[in-house]
Amino acid sequence: MLQVSIYRYNPETDAEPYMQDVQVDTGGKDLMVLDVMELIKAQDTTVAYRRSCREGVCGSDGVNMNGKNGLACITPLSETVRDNKLVLRPLPGLPVIRDLVVDMGMFYAQYEKVQPYLQNTSPAPAIERLQSPEDRAKLDGLYECILCACCSTACPSFWWNPDRFIGPAGLLQAYRFLADTRDTATEERLSRLDDPFSVFRCHGIQNCVNVCPKGLNPTRAIGHIRNMLLSRAT
Amino acid sequence: MRAALQLAQSGYKTAVITKVFPTRSHTVSAQGGITCAIASADPNDDWRWHMYDTVKGSDYIGDQDAIEYMCSVGPEAVFELEHMGLPFSRTEEGRIYQRPFGGQSKNYGEGGQAARTCAAADRTGHALLHTLYQGNMKNETVFFNEWYATDLVKNQDGAVVGVIAICMETGETVYIKSKATVFATGGAGRIYASTTNAHINTGDGIGMALRAGFPVQDIEMWQFHPTGIAGAGVLVTEGCRGEGGYLINKDGERFMERYAPNAKDLAGRDVVARSMVLEIIEGRGCGPEGDHVFLKLDHLGEEVLESRLPGICELSRTFAHADPVKEPIPVVPTCHYMMGGIPTNVHGQALTIDASGRDQVIPGLYACGEVACVSVHGANRLGGNSLLDLVVFGRASGLHIERALREGIDMRDASDSDIEQAMSRLDKLNSSKGGENVAALRKELQNTMQNHFGVFRNETFMREGIAKLADLRGRIEGARLDDKSMAYNTARIEALELHNLFEVAEATAITAEERRESRGAHARDDYQERDDENWLCHSMYFPTDKRVGKRAVNFEPKTVDTFQPKARTY
Repeated sequence: MLQVSIYRYNPETDAEPYMQDVQVDTGGKDLMVLDVMELIKAQDTTVAYRRSCREGVCGSDGVNMNGKNGLACITPLSETVRDNKLVLRPLPGLPVIRDLVVDMGMFYAQYEKVQPYLQNTSPAPAIERLQSPEDRAKLDGLYECILCACCSTACPSFWWNPDRFIGPAGLLQAYRFLADTRDTATEERLSRLDDPFSVFRCHGIQNCVNVCPKGLNPTRAIGHIRNMLLSRAT
Repeated sequence: MRAALQLAQSGYKTAVITKVFPTRSHTVSAQGGITCAIASADPNDDWRWHMYDTVKGSDYIGDQDAIEYMCSVGPEAVFELEHMGLPFSRTEEGRIYQRPFGGQSKNYGEGGQAARTCAAADRTGHALLHTLYQGNMKNETVFFNEWYATDLVKNQDGAVVGVIAICMETGETVYIKSKATVFATGGAGRIYASTTNAHINTGDGIGMALRAGFPVQDIEMWQFHPTGIAGAGVLVTEGCRGEGGYLINKDGERFMERYAPNAKDLAGRDVVARSMVLEIIEGRGCGPEGDHVFLKLDHLGEEVLESRLPGICELSRTFAHADPVKEPIPVVPTCHYMMGGIPTNVHGQALTIDASGRDQVIPGLYACGEVACVSVHGANRLGGNSLLDLVVFGRASGLHIERALREGIDMRDASDSDIEQAMSRLDKLNSSKGGENVAALRKELQNTMQNHFGVFRNETFMREGIAKLADLRGRIEGARLDDKSMAYNTARIEALELHNLFEVAEATAITAEERRESRGAHARDDYQERDDENWLCHSMYFPTDKRVGKRAVNFEPKTVDTFQPKARTY
């Protein structure tokens, strides 16, 4: 029996959050953490969490497992369980709505701030805009972000300044459009980021890189933005 | 979201109600691409060839006017996506990369395999969904994120005037009034135990339509995707076979050469899925239980796999514990797509049938994407056509609503009793006592569908299945809701979703038993031949009296000659 300790909080009935111990029969299989959560919910329907695709592309089930953020659906028990114990907590640093469900409002607001959509003032051609495979390759490692918030909620700078520091996820997308040869708003984009907080609160801690379930590297993207801002200033 | 974008761009007040944050919808899981004759891989490609392939793929019950519209408008819709920023993979010329997909040919089946499926690596759905959300953000569409629509509100004239929706965070329930309601609620693959579909694919739109008394079309047509990872159900794109992968049985034989000598592994999905099941039934399956076959990719080399199919490598390592660079992936046909749905015309307007058997538009209701049956997929969808379908008809719905709003939509307000009627299911659930556990009932439903309405069907089995469903109806309607709390109560949502799953399952079962032939994805042991005399038509399921009727297929495209039904071989 796997020992699971799960964070519980229902604003209607609980004055404060608490940890609940549950035993789960995994049948000796190396299940995914999400499977374990489903087994818990089958016993106790009041446990709340988000989930959808169960294959690591929708980004719904970012949770903190034994202290590390990740997607429950693609984290096998063998990767996280130590001494037969699994501690499940909501992503840190965001307000909890209920149990493992956090309010992602601040996270999405930072994403929206970078205007994550292509801007091009020239009239669109009758076919697609051409882009060389080399230019397209510049978007690899950027566009794949699934907005699960594992990175930003693992970032101490984002914990301190969630309202002013864009955070790794938002900055990764900011760079995705800065790097796109089809986008013509580079100057405006950089101007909007050019303050002490939006980008420069990144201290290169690299928790984001460490937890990203898609293997992306926000710190590197932030470095590129930093260079663009600095070379513009000189 | 494509429909919302159309309206928001034109300055109309548009809201999207969605039970998950918009980038978490199941479109995100689409991998291989969006099939469309943009003439990048082949400068001579022609949308009419794509139309021919789609008509043939549908086993001739796809509506030819709708397929004509989709294939001819498609390139414009795909270029719009590119202009919006979708990061398509590229050719050396800088154009959109296109890969070969199943059922795609050149020159009306005479010119060999076509490469027509536009791709962003193997993450096309993800790229497309994010791009559409970003486009909506740019145009200031209003989003009701994590709001769950429970039922349609109809006025006394039978017109749809909005929906009842619950805010999941607070539990607040409201009537959202609208001049036009567009369903883009996706499929219902969760009626089966083994599915590539996300947990959220519970057929909410179909459930709402059936409860409102509206019919559904061709709902017996369910696509089983040949390559779901055995055990996990997770999808492995057909693009793997497009890039040169192939299926082998336990003897290492490339068995599709026997079943489809020309197209081989790129025959229609229904054909490949049936061939796989036959291999397994005849004892040539792989693994200790002989219950799957292998998809071989290692011969493509690490470079191709990592650049063209990076997501697949990741999924296979995670869910099959197999590294495609070195070893084959265990795969099995897995429920994937609902070809049927709410019947619509090419403008996305939902249809019903009047007393004299004529199509009648349901005022105020539109549907597009998987929930709709326009029908471009008929009895079997071709790979890459679902993304094209949702973009083209989402756009068409938006365009039509724009026109209608400009001309003025005049509908009577819903009365209090109309709203009460729409609220009744939720009220009943909220006051429920006793009853059975939702998760257990859901499992029973899924197993029933899996065992009685799978890849191969016959009357005896289906009748047993229908009897089991009849028993399940009352039990599911009376399912227990222990947790009546308001804040983010997922137990309530799951109970409501189960009702929808059941409606879809029952409609599927009754219609499947009625269609006494084999066509496309609907394969019967007891009626093995296609019966064009009696069944070259759509099925229509009417929920009020659980009756199955027929509706004519459209054979009148506007600009090309009709493609006449012929034997379907690959």
